[in-house]
Amino acid sequence: MSEAVLSEQTKRVSYGDTRAKVLKLFNLGDTAFHILTKSCAVAVLVLLGGVIVSLIHGSAPALREFGLGFLTSQSWNPVTEKFGAAPAIYGTLVTSFIALLIAAPMGFGIAVFLTELCPYQLRRPVGIAVELLAGIPSIIYGIWGMFVLAPFLQEHVQPGLIAAFAGVPWLENVFSGPPYGIGIATASIILAIMILPLVSSISRDVFETVPPVLKEAAYGVGCTRWEVMRRIVAPYTGVGLVGGIMLALGRALGETMAVTFVIGNAHKISPSILGPGTTISATIANEFTEADGALYTSSLIALGLLLFVITFFVLAASRLLLARIQRQEGR
Amino acid sequence: MALAATRKLRSSIAMTACVAAAAIGLIALALILGALLWNGFTSLNLAVFTQNTPPPGAAGGLLNAIVGSLIMTSLGVAIGAPLGLLAGTYMAEYGRYSKLTTVVRFINDILLSAPSIVIGLFVYEITVMQMGHFSGLAGAIALALLVVPVVVRTTEDMLNLVPGGLREAAASLGLPRALIIRHIAYKAARAGLITGLLLAVARVSGETAPLLFTALNNQFFSTNLNAPMASLPAVIFQFALSPYKDWQNLAWAGALLITVTVLALSITARILGAQKTSK
Repeated sequence: MSEAVLSEQTKRVSYGDTRAKVLKLFNLGDTAFHILTKSCAVAVLVLLGGVIVSLIHGSAPALREFGLGFLTSQSWNPVTEKFGAAPAIYGTLVTSFIALLIAAPMGFGIAVFLTELCPYQLRRPVGIAVELLAGIPSIIYGIWGMFVLAPFLQEHVQPGLIAAFAGVPWLENVFSGPPYGIGIATASIILAIMILPLVSSISRDVFETVPPVLKEAAYGVGCTRWEVMRRIVAPYTGVGLVGGIMLALGRALGETMAVTFVIGNAHKISPSILGPGTTISATIANEFTEADGALYTSSLIALGLLLFVITFFVLAASRLLLARIQRQEGR
Repeated sequence: MALAATRKLRSSIAMTACVAAAAIGLIALALILGALLWNGFTSLNLAVFTQNTPPPGAAGGLLNAIVGSLIMTSLGVAIGAPLGLLAGTYMAEYGRYSKLTTVVRFINDILLSAPSIVIGLFVYEITVMQMGHFSGLAGAIALALLVVPVVVRTTEDMLNLVPGGLREAAASLGLPRALIIRHIAYKAARAGLITGLLLAVARVSGETAPLLFTALNNQFFSTNLNAPMASLPAVIFQFALSPYKDWQNLAWAGALLITVTVLALSITARILGAQKTSK
């Protein structure tokens, strides 16, 4: 295709042409291409602007009707058309938080394993496997969670947890209720497994920015591996690690399919993490096509706007932090 | 001496924890792939590729969903890739140090990880609401919007890797910038650009959330872009949540197909990328 373009451009240029004419043709083509590419770059900005504007436009009826109460109300009743986002916000934040609590230490562990402990021949294959797993569509994690993990937890783990914490103040409530299998806890575990490859591969990349000479110097004065990780690598990479965590958090907050299968879709804030709940994205995925009535649809779009605003700030923070460690590396 | 022993002990405990974390993580991921392969292959047969999605309780396949996914993915890539390519070209070539590039790069990185369901809502508002019905075209547009950030990112990165000397040599022969970019830079970065495209296809081929309320679903075979269209992810979502064993089996078969496709694309992309860097 590119040959055709070249010949088309040069066809208009022949030996008899003056230098000025050729230059003019070249300039014309260059300006056109410059404007074309620039407008595409601007289009990317317009895209983001369009997303925000359309979400605000779509959610306006709901926000006008419920005001700020939309954020705090717990009712979600399509019949009486009373909608509140509190249970969905709660579910989104809690599942993501628990998922990070599981995935972050494990991801760091895997990254340490890959950069320090793993035999050299295994590093590349294991690293590649982890990266490939990061690309598996979330719906796969979702159906595994529903068919395999949820029944397993229901039969073998949750009854034990409920029995173990019975009588313990506070924790008794957190691990209470019948073992449904599906619920906040199961969704969090699925999310954790899903973001684990992301956390590990980012932390590994960040760990690799540490100049070897720093680590060698520490080993040279007799530091143990743990001390090198704790005193040299961790302080050096701190900003990048936080950035990686935020990126994973952004992914977890917006994740839809992995959660929708196992969250239970109950619009209430349950004190027990074993109980069913819902998240913003799961609510939209489950109810959007069935929503009748402008206010119902608008409330769902308002949920989407909320999710977008939350993830936007988390992702923006993560990018700024990761950019800082890249600059550090370049120095 | 005691101090040295404690330090060594503490270090080995921490390192054992790291190995354990790696083992648990890899085992969990292996379990998922194992369950997928087992359930997928036991449900996979020729009918999956030759028959349409069945009504509850009947046997059938996923033909309409596979075709729908292929149509919407290729259309989505056909719309999204050129836009991303040109935007990435601007960022790496014309405006490498401009303010606009910095802003676009930042926004693009956010779009790259933005929740895809929100993109679905956006496309619902601009297409489905305007047209008054769900359609395959809306699904393709939603996928295109997910393709753009991936292609922008890889295009910019790959063009930045092209050595400046190549461009300068071409410029010294009198070629204008537009031709340098198209005939020198694109050619030098070709493997990388294709890698980006493959990654984009891999990204969208498993996307479910934005399709649910743009293309919806269709139980019948349809290639009409102006009507609801079936897709593998949407069918998996519907069938997996159903109580019918046949449907659940088809969901597993579909899940296997998607995973194999995505893995094949990512591995090809990786091999192409590796060739590029070793040269």
